Amino acid sequence: MTTVETATGTAKTMVLNMGPQHPSTHGVLRVLLELDGENVVTAIPDLGYLHTGIEKSCEDKTYSQAITLTDRIDYLNPLGNNLVYCLAVEKLLGLELPKRAQYIRVMMVELQRISSHLVWLGTHALDMGAMSVMLYCFREREEILKIFERFAGQRMMTSYIRIGGVALQPPAGWREMVKKFLDMMPARIDEYEGLLTTNRIWQGRLKGVGYLSAEDLIALSTTGPGLRAAGVNYDNRKMFPYSSYEEFDFDVPTRTESDCYARYLVRVAEMRESLKIVRQAMDRITDEGPIKAEAPGIIPPEREKMKTEMEALIYHFKIFTEGFSPPPGEAFVAVESPRGELGCFVASDGSPKPLRVHFRGPSFVNLQALPFMVQGQLIADVVASIGTIDIVLGEVDR
Amino acid sequence: MTQLANANAKVVGERLRTWNAQAVAEIIEYRGEITIVVPKELLRAAAKYCKETADLNFNLLSDVTCVDRFPIEPRFELNYQLVSIPRRERIRLRTAVTAETPIVDSLMPVWPGANWLEREVFDLFGIKFTGHTDLRRILLPDGFVGSPLRRDFPTEGQR
Repeated sequence: MTTVETATGTAKTMVLNMGPQHPSTHGVLRVLLELDGENVVTAIPDLGYLHTGIEKSCEDKTYSQAITLTDRIDYLNPLGNNLVYCLAVEKLLGLELPKRAQYIRVMMVELQRISSHLVWLGTHALDMGAMSVMLYCFREREEILKIFERFAGQRMMTSYIRIGGVALQPPAGWREMVKKFLDMMPARIDEYEGLLTTNRIWQGRLKGVGYLSAEDLIALSTTGPGLRAAGVNYDNRKMFPYSSYEEFDFDVPTRTESDCYARYLVRVAEMRESLKIVRQAMDRITDEGPIKAEAPGIIPPEREKMKTEMEALIYHFKIFTEGFSPPPGEAFVAVESPRGELGCFVASDGSPKPLRVHFRGPSFVNLQALPFMVQGQLIADVVASIGTIDIVLGEVDR
Repeated sequence: MTQLANANAKVVGERLRTWNAQAVAEIIEYRGEITIVVPKELLRAAAKYCKETADLNFNLLSDVTCVDRFPIEPRFELNYQLVSIPRRERIRLRTAVTAETPIVDSLMPVWPGANWLEREVFDLFGIKFTGHTDLRRILLPDGFVGSPLRRDFPTEGQR
């Protein structure tokens, strides 16, 4: 899509087109590499191959309808996208949620974080030439997707988190299912670490690769594991708690080396922390209780009420035909997605459809750092750097 | 811990006002979020002040986005979400841009991370950023005509 202007323009360099159909670009990223032998002189990312105009489409939907679109932004973190959008709309509406709904959200989002990190670990190991890790990671991810399927009826695009709560009561037997996963997972993470952490090839491919200082990363607006691997303890769950995260006891893993290896260690440690949060959330979720806020006209009424109360029937009809109208104003909410700060900006003009919905995708912003990470490094290190930024092209291009 | 975060975001507006009385057109507080409306001409200077003053220290530019309020004039509202990591604080700078001169100073000299965020706004809203070193379309193809996130651009069908 882009015509490249070479930086030096000497006869020594050549331009190599990497992607958009390259397996290690994790989707349809295209990078134009100007090479001097095997060394990268400049790297220019070229995006947009997966642009679907989700933000524009949201403007033509009611607030509730837009939830299904949010799933598809970052397809490894659909519940996190649901969450940030719902939190933003709830902020606009001034809704208070029952604690039980918040805990269910936290549990689901943390399971999602583990599943996203598993996909990252598997695909990154695959990029680095270790195929078996991917098979192990996807095996465990399958268990998480089964939990999602029981909760929401869907494995991936769940739309489980809704405005004002969650879609359904937890299914029968959910506790055993989650507990079984929690008991199994620590040993499995040990297994991955046993395969990789002290592996000489793995260390050789990642250590010292893709370094950027903490100051540069902040200047480039990088967030997430990439920033924490540079020693900056910036995690929205701790800094600006949402959805009752302040009640949970967990650590934010950081490293100081700021190379690909440190990013790997941070993500593995994060999986262990997420397991801790899931366990705490599971204990806090009571067997009975509300999963939705009390807000007639915004939250669809229960089926039983609709059969006996006229108001409930009217509200149901109005919500699903016209929608609801938050007061005019704007809200910005940021949550910690597996990739960094996931923000959602919603502006209302008092009509049932949003005036503007904007997603601050962490993959999109973090990818800015790529040219700086790979400058002067070998061409094989570009693959490692793209991998540890952990991009999801659905989110980059939206 | 929750009370700590964003406790004195309101002070930032007052600080900006003492720095330059013209710099703050309005301070809006809505749902616990502080928005400081800054005139377009002073945007870059105000951003620089927010970043470089030691006890404000907004070191991270989280997001840049635009709202199109067509047909109201000035129709565009640019929103900059700033984060101070050391002080655990968020504010939003806002500036209004008219349809006749959709041009505003780039914040790239202050936060290099504004690069792609501003390119996205340029691509989808057609707002130009002076001082941006690489102002090209980022999501849409080079030959695309129009700015699809403007409100007068249809969601379906032909323009």
